Amino acid sequence: MSAPLLAVHGVSAGYRPVPAPPVLADLDFAVDAGRRVAVLGPNGGGKTTLFRILLGDLAPREGTVDVGRTAVVPQTERSRLDFPVSALDVALMGAISRLPWWRRPGRAERAQAREALVAVGLGDHVDRTFGDLSGGQRQRVLVARALVQDAPVILLDEPFSGLDSASTALLEDVLTALVGEGRTLLIATHDVEQARRWDDLVLCLNQRQVAFGGPSLLTREVLEQTYGSEIVDIDCAEHGHERAVLPPHHCDHDHR
Amino acid sequence: MIEPWQDPLMQRAFLEVLLLGIAGGALGCWVIQYELSYSAESLAHAILPGLVLSALTGLPLLLGGAAGLLVAALAVALAGRVPEIGRDTAVAVVVTGMLGLGVLLALSPESPPRLQDLLFGDVLGVSDTDLALAGALVVGALLALYLLHARLLAVGFDRLTAPALGVRPVVVDAALLVLLAVVLLVAVQGLGNLLVISILIAPATAARMVGRRMAPMMVGSAAVAVVGGIAGLYVSYHAETAAGASITAALVVLALGATGLRAVLRVTLSRPRSI
Repeated sequence: MSAPLLAVHGVSAGYRPVPAPPVLADLDFAVDAGRRVAVLGPNGGGKTTLFRILLGDLAPREGTVDVGRTAVVPQTERSRLDFPVSALDVALMGAISRLPWWRRPGRAERAQAREALVAVGLGDHVDRTFGDLSGGQRQRVLVARALVQDAPVILLDEPFSGLDSASTALLEDVLTALVGEGRTLLIATHDVEQARRWDDLVLCLNQRQVAFGGPSLLTREVLEQTYGSEIVDIDCAEHGHERAVLPPHHCDHDHR
Repeated sequence: MIEPWQDPLMQRAFLEVLLLGIAGGALGCWVIQYELSYSAESLAHAILPGLVLSALTGLPLLLGGAAGLLVAALAVALAGRVPEIGRDTAVAVVVTGMLGLGVLLALSPESPPRLQDLLFGDVLGVSDTDLALAGALVVGALLALYLLHARLLAVGFDRLTAPALGVRPVVVDAALLVLLAVVLLVAVQGLGNLLVISILIAPATAARMVGRRMAPMMVGSAAVAVVGGIAGLYVSYHAETAAGASITAALVVLALGATGLRAVLRVTLSRPRSI
């Protein structure tokens, strides 16, 4: 049996000053290659802190983290939309980490970046200015950048936030293809229904690891521990089941 | 038409403007994109006391300017560490202090007779040594910009995610500031303490108005800087106006022209965004 691609054991982490309590504790999970993990939790629940730990940006106070090369797909709002770069320029940034400081990305890296853009369905938008693309297209450009990094583990920070149904479907197709290639995705999301539909793994965080496993563990009790008393019951008959227990901001989203 | 360029002084001035235009134009695009225009102007003013001291003691201006920059950088760093002051206020206080010190020194009885050369430059007075030094520094700055290009793009595009791409923003920022200091030191001899900022900001502003990518913007900005520099020299020769001020005026006119062109293009060629 092969070792998991990502293993986190007994990890807690926090920010300075050190005597302050950890913002995330009791992390203990392992993920094999080719899995999709929905990371659920309220704002401030520790999703970003987990990503910083996995990227090596924040050292854990306790425990061990065993993860290979990892790429991150941030929310597009964090990028400067007025910056004069094309989709190809952004995808090409993924090649920098593999190059020595004195080398610029060359022909081979440009070809790889073009291939990555084709893989995310943006082969016709290579030369478009990043800021002129739609939100869904921008998100796929950032996925292409992660592909150029050639990382087996990709972290996605609320990639569906603000996307319409069509863009969400396109992005989901891209992510499904990546999982099919054997990459492991950790996707921060507030969409519990989406996590259930993926039918893979869920990791619930609320300043500690509340639960980790299959979507069947997304019970009312677990969601209450994850989101506190803020969860609401809404009628979801149109989606094939009578009621769902969801975090409150989910009501603002499209059901996807 | 070619009469001005037969004068050896104008020939050397032309070469100086060519070198400064290429380096200042290219670097200016990054200065604008990194929102360092105020820092660039502050650095330029901070050079003055060093320049005056150099003139008083007969040392090379480059040496005095570099010492002035070093003192200003240290003072800003120290003042910025005081929580009640903050970096922005620290820059303003230090730069104002340095400029005041420079003026105080310049107004002393021992001050050099041509103080205005330090304030407004003397592009017609550059020597062959100045040109050789400017050439070497410009080649170095352009080589550095070429090598740093991808990393400058990554940090400018998304500073927070850059470390995940293997790029350290603090290193890129420091490299950019060093380049800025080098180009300022070279350009201040030709354009002076008060006008040197024009060769960085005005051409880059013009290029930004019409450019969509960094590399073409850098080429365009350098072209605007050289054209503006030559136009300024030409006007200066025939109108008998100060060369540095004439170059600055020409650069500002080009920047305003590009801004107007952008406004016209925006109205006539506005495109709908894809969804």
